[in-house]
Amino acid sequence: MAITRRRFLKAAGIAAGAAAVAGTPRRAFTAGPDIKLGSLLDNSGNLDAYGKPMVMATQLAVEEINAAGGLLGRKIKLIQYDTQSEIALYTKFAQQLAREDKVDVVHGGITSASREAIRQTFRRSNTLYFYNVLYEGGVCDRNTVVTGTTPAQAVEPIVERAMKQWGNKVYTLAADYNYGQITAKWIEHYVTQRKGTVLKTDFFPLDVADFGSTIAKIQQEKPNWVVSALVGGAHMSFYRQWAASGMNKKIPLGSTTFGVGNEHLALSPAEGDGILIAGNYSQESPSAANKEFLAKWTKKFGDPKIVHEIAVSQYQGIMLWAECVRKAGTLDRQALLKTIESEPSIMGPAGTVAIEPKTHHTYLDIHVMEVKGQKLTILETVKRRAPSDTLQYCDLQKNPDENKQYEVKI
Amino acid sequence: MDYAEVIGLEILYMIAFLVLTSAGLAIVFGMMRVINLAHGEFVMLGGYTTIACDKAGINIYFAMLVVSPLVVGMVGLVVERTIIRFLYGRMIDTMLATWGLSLLLIGVVTLIFGNTAVSVPAPISGYQVGEFQMGGYNLFIILVTAAMGIGMWGVLRFTRAGLIARGAMQGPDVVSALGYNPRQVYMITFTAGAALSGLAGGVLAPLTGLLPSSGGAYIAKAFITVITGGAAVISGTLSSGIIFGTINQIVSFAIHPVLGEIAMLVLAIILLRLMPKGITGRFFGDRT
Repeated sequence: MAITRRRFLKAAGIAAGAAAVAGTPRRAFTAGPDIKLGSLLDNSGNLDAYGKPMVMATQLAVEEINAAGGLLGRKIKLIQYDTQSEIALYTKFAQQLAREDKVDVVHGGITSASREAIRQTFRRSNTLYFYNVLYEGGVCDRNTVVTGTTPAQAVEPIVERAMKQWGNKVYTLAADYNYGQITAKWIEHYVTQRKGTVLKTDFFPLDVADFGSTIAKIQQEKPNWVVSALVGGAHMSFYRQWAASGMNKKIPLGSTTFGVGNEHLALSPAEGDGILIAGNYSQESPSAANKEFLAKWTKKFGDPKIVHEIAVSQYQGIMLWAECVRKAGTLDRQALLKTIESEPSIMGPAGTVAIEPKTHHTYLDIHVMEVKGQKLTILETVKRRAPSDTLQYCDLQKNPDENKQYEVKI
Repeated sequence: MDYAEVIGLEILYMIAFLVLTSAGLAIVFGMMRVINLAHGEFVMLGGYTTIACDKAGINIYFAMLVVSPLVVGMVGLVVERTIIRFLYGRMIDTMLATWGLSLLLIGVVTLIFGNTAVSVPAPISGYQVGEFQMGGYNLFIILVTAAMGIGMWGVLRFTRAGLIARGAMQGPDVVSALGYNPRQVYMITFTAGAALSGLAGGVLAPLTGLLPSSGGAYIAKAFITVITGGAAVISGTLSSGIIFGTINQIVSFAIHPVLGEIAMLVLAIILLRLMPKGITGRFFGDRT
């Protein structure tokens, strides 16, 4: 068909009309300007295995809230920055979100180093901050809400089960920054509490990729099992080299981080099978909320196999914040803080998430899982586990002005 | 006793790692005095080639031993023809140009493969040393490195091409007067250096996760190995590889892997202070 000017105009007119009809919002957002939700995540670089699905989960959550009419009759506008696995960019974009964009809430940060780089900025600017990642625990700050697991929630169940199953001599490998160092202390705490011993703890900077000498040293120490709190793309080499030397058949492995970066998908089944982990989420969870979530994900992004725990945490964090806004009926920070401290809860893909008022952490369901055929098979589930480690130290109702991260004392 | 054997094997592996990743750089720097700052990216390209081939169902040994060197060699050829050949004798300019090239390659690979860690499983399973399990693939790397070293030595020492290459490096005028084109020799040498870098990348791919920026992890070690080794390509790289590999692993085993790396860097500074022309410059004269 030759395109004449008349035909073109006619077609263009129809198209424009159709677009106008399609573009009409199902609900009009009339109650005011957009609500701004800021998000800082590593969408590229060494940590992008964690960040990419989190960014997608953020988009999914915002879209879902908007499709249901937004919040307080207003639309949510997502302002997303890619921090490229660089701490300096966190600091920079945090300033941008707080001062230029003047967002109403921030959901973001992946490593604990990144969280500590931005937390104070948002506290100073009175911008409510949600950190939605499993971490080493202890943050006590009324402006911050943590929806990921802490060691008392996720590390203790691994230690408990592994010691029962495998014995009481443990070798710890951990990433060399605040998460790894503090988690290693918790591991030691839980192991000695059960009359076991940590034979040795090794820390590795995030760019170390050669574990040959470490694997030999582990065999020299002869532990009953090894626990890894390793983080990021380079550290994935450990699991690979561990399997390449055949050690995965001889000494069992537990991990506080494995699976969170979809390590089980990057490794072949032969390399990953048998690793013991504990956490808030498995795609294998039979709950209706999980199935619904995965279906929504499939519709928007295709294959949901990259969905991991902290993507779900991010989604739940945003939903939890939305619930608080609905309950409070306002975006006013003081009113929201009161609502946060009234123990609000949502039903997320990983189960019920409820805010613990004293610490601004969350009650979460915890699964102990085993890697099997590139999937996280659930072995047992504990409902509503409290962040009891942070609860030992932190009481924001008694000391609302507190602003620090407590560390375990052993 | 077994533990000593395990440490010995790990030392051998580290030496092989250093020699393998430095060989391409050593040829280009030692023979042509060209400092190729994109060397790490050549290695990285070799790794990506192997992983891409593996995903496409090509036999992994064929991919790492044949396809990777060929692909990266071709890249090297193009780079030599379009950039390096205009800059012979201008060391600072070459550094600047190859540094730009390294950024470009990182960008291109990021565009194609994304800034995500990729890897392949090692195709060889572990084996037993006494009561210790060892990575069988490490042995393969040691063997490949040995074969590569012997091959390089054989070509340079016994073949006519090797003789001409060595001649062109020492006296381009004389070679030219004898009817050979030194420019052509440079071109082939640079391509061969790139191909060796590709081989290193391909062979090392199954051991670590690979990112577009992974080249940086190789280039520092390769540079200190080559510079400390001095101008002699094979004896230099081998001698500094042995010294650094040994010290790295001994400190790694005794204390910690990170301190192993630091020990290596400290030793490099001391060695270069004592022997500014490198190990071979000090003990073997300026022979190649």
